[in-house]
Amino acid sequence: MDNMIEQLSIGSVSLVTLATAALLLIVLVFVTYGIYFERKVIGWIQLRQGPNRTGPFGLLQTVADVFKLLIKEDTIPNNADKTVFKLGPIISFIPAFVVLAVIPYTENLYFANLNVGLLYYVALSGISTIGILMGGWASNNKYALLGGMRSVAQMISYEIPLVISMVGVILMTGSLNMIQIVEGQAGGFWSWNIFPQIVAFGIFIIAAVAELNRTPFDLPEAESELIAGYHVEYSGFRFAFYMLSEYVYIYAIAGLTTVLFLGGWHAPFAFLSFIPGLIWFIIKFCSIVFFLFWIRATMPRLRVDHLMGLGWKVLLPLSLVNIFVTAIVLELLK
Amino acid sequence: MSIRTEELLVNVGPQHPSTHGVFRLVVKLDGEVITEATPVIGYLHRGTEKLAENLSYTQIIPYTDRMDYLSAMTNNYVLCHAVETLMKLEIPEKAEYLRVIVMELNRVASHLVWWGTYLLDIGAMSPFLYAFRDREKIVELFNELCGARLTYFYMRVGGVKWDAPPGWIDKVKEFIPYMRKQIEEYEKLVTGNEIFLSRVKDIGKYDSQTAINYGLSGVNLRSTGIDWDLRKQEPYSLYEQFDFDVPTSTDGDCFARYRLRIEEMKQSLSIVEQAVAQFPEEGKIMAKVPRVIRPPAGEVYSRIESPRGEIGCHIVSKGKAEPYRLKFRRPSFVNLQILPELLIGETMTNLVTIFGGIDIVLGEVDC
Amino acid sequence: MSDREKEIEKKEEKEIKKETEKKEEKEIKKEVKKDTAEEKKASSSSSEREKDAQEEEEAAPLPNQDKLDKLVALFKGQVSEDAVVDAYINELDHHVPVVTVHSDHLLACAAILLSDEQLKLNYLRNVSGVDYETHLEVVYQFVSMELKHHYVIKVKTDRDQPVVPSLTSLWKTADWNEREIYDLLGITFTGHPNMKRIMMPDDWVGHPLRKDYEAADPEV
Repeated sequence: MDNMIEQLSIGSVSLVTLATAALLLIVLVFVTYGIYFERKVIGWIQLRQGPNRTGPFGLLQTVADVFKLLIKEDTIPNNADKTVFKLGPIISFIPAFVVLAVIPYTENLYFANLNVGLLYYVALSGISTIGILMGGWASNNKYALLGGMRSVAQMISYEIPLVISMVGVILMTGSLNMIQIVEGQAGGFWSWNIFPQIVAFGIFIIAAVAELNRTPFDLPEAESELIAGYHVEYSGFRFAFYMLSEYVYIYAIAGLTTVLFLGGWHAPFAFLSFIPGLIWFIIKFCSIVFFLFWIRATMPRLRVDHLMGLGWKVLLPLSLVNIFVTAIVLELLK
Repeated sequence: MSIRTEELLVNVGPQHPSTHGVFRLVVKLDGEVITEATPVIGYLHRGTEKLAENLSYTQIIPYTDRMDYLSAMTNNYVLCHAVETLMKLEIPEKAEYLRVIVMELNRVASHLVWWGTYLLDIGAMSPFLYAFRDREKIVELFNELCGARLTYFYMRVGGVKWDAPPGWIDKVKEFIPYMRKQIEEYEKLVTGNEIFLSRVKDIGKYDSQTAINYGLSGVNLRSTGIDWDLRKQEPYSLYEQFDFDVPTSTDGDCFARYRLRIEEMKQSLSIVEQAVAQFPEEGKIMAKVPRVIRPPAGEVYSRIESPRGEIGCHIVSKGKAEPYRLKFRRPSFVNLQILPELLIGETMTNLVTIFGGIDIVLGEVDC
Repeated sequence: MSDREKEIEKKEEKEIKKETEKKEEKEIKKEVKKDTAEEKKASSSSSEREKDAQEEEEAAPLPNQDKLDKLVALFKGQVSEDAVVDAYINELDHHVPVVTVHSDHLLACAAILLSDEQLKLNYLRNVSGVDYETHLEVVYQFVSMELKHHYVIKVKTDRDQPVVPSLTSLWKTADWNEREIYDLLGITFTGHPNMKRIMMPDDWVGHPLRKDYEAADPEV
């Protein structure tokens, strides 16, 4: 007890606060330019220009959009459950931001070195689902309710293969600590987890896209069926919070993929290790983000029953088999 | 403890992204499964038929542009054709060639819009923009021909209003191979996509008996294996001269309708290709028609194949400059009737797939 | 309203005068007149029609005359002697046989159209309603997809109490078409499963396509 109080001196508290503020700023900048980048990439794929009017090369477009959302009237439907309605976006956003704490960018740059980092990530990201369900339920709108329900069904179904696909990586490293997972992948791209765990990587990516509610798994929002799904009644900054949590999750998932499968800050070849680890991290991170945008512009949307079928009948058994095979191979190689 | 469950009554439309206009569908949902669907139409009813009773025949033509606004050329034609049949007019060959070229180009443009929006309904964003890029080329051709991009008002009783400007035919000639290549690309992008196939195969199935009983026409009918295309069955204009196939399929599902529309675009391009090759450079574009058109008293029902099916025009004339009664048989209106039957037991997701597959234009449904 | 109609008529007369000044157009007009004369013959009442038919048969029978005769005989034989009110060939419209059926016998006649081996009119392509001011008329355009022939069936009905049996039980196409006619012309189709307005709002007064319909706002 004494020890803890000693640790929480004014100095350390303010340091943590400052670091958190810095992270929030970085995340906000990422979201701003992530959206810009997404619109540009999809624009190029679709033979369009993308945003190019606000600021040089349209760089301020997202800033303007966010500003618009900020000054917009905040409407709450009359028959909505007001408390839950207000709580929804917050509960959705907080876990999205909190999970970022455990992602290590380089061996020295990280916020928390938890020895159960992976577990922490999985446990907290599950809470966001509740935020979406709350939003869908409290809006008192049938489309929102359908969207919220779809979202819960989808996120629960895909969280399981997502977690189980990670188990293979954990088995190989023997740790839940993210930094140790990255350390285990040192020494050239052939020792990255993506190669021995290629099945797990495939499952992870599919399940991650589903977790993010993005095309081809964007059924909770499916604008052609449910108009906008769970956030159909939201406007202004509450809507912005839902969007924000979606993009922060992109950040989180891209970071997680890099850490778990792409060797984190390690260079693919030893002779390239003069380039700082952070740069490598950013490159890998950005390719994952680009990949997510790319499939959004390419794929049609799945159907609910197909989505469930894929999750429970294909991904889950496959990820279980992957655990067994990994365990057996590891035992044999011992 | 038992959980209380309720049927959910959802209003799909009149403002909904997938109803392609102001169409309303009152849907009863049990979970996500539709137990009852009631279409409500009339939000775009402009009383074209009533207005027509006080307009001269030439004045009615622009109103037809606004019915099926995706293929205004065929609408123009059906009215002109009805009046011409009543008056027993001989149309100059050049005018007929121009009509066939624009009607078939319009069919391609219309199917392109369908292709793009259908995939947008299914959740793929990009094809929509690709389709509009190529439709733009056709629209630009029309713009050059008649100065309008959507509501052409190009045909007149007795012929067409404008001759092809110099170089226009060459532009059409260049467009054909370009469009063929694009269609091939589209098929590579979409037709083989697993997600797409799982969304459309075996969805919205009906058999030929049902299709005939509901009076479906166009692709909706041909997808059940019935070879019925008015261009072949009751040839009008110059269609007898051209060599083309009528694609049919026996599957009767949304995928069959998708494939037929793609195939029809190719056939239309082949018709345009033949028409521009035979196009007479010399000749009149209007028959001798009195300034005020007064068809003889009588009754006529003319029908042609629009991109959406059989569009018909029933005129009762009393020998005056205005029709006594004008009724349009709008394919979208008739085709839409089958929707409630197809939707029972389907999910919300399939609603969009089935509804999009019928291919309606609300301007035409409500007229 | 009436003043306006007069004005329109005056304008028309002026237009006719202008036309007659032109020689070329004169010729066309003559042709048109000829057509009108022929058409008048075609659409004249049944008693005159029979006479005409006898005359024409002696001269040259119209195409499809045999089809028309067969159909009339079929209706008279299988349904009732007074089932057929009128029958003629519409020369202007591809010589299509037109039979006007008494509304009491419409359903029985329609069942024959659908089931008869030589007719097989399985496709109802269009249903129109027409207000002739003296009476209302429903026009059915049939086509057989197997035998590739078409027929037109008409039904006349009273203007004040317009009632026609519904054909929805035989052709589902009739459903919305009949609702549209009910909505715009006020003809009630008995036996229709859902006889409600389709285009206009449910509380609309009047039937807009009637010739004597007065718009709520005369300026429109």
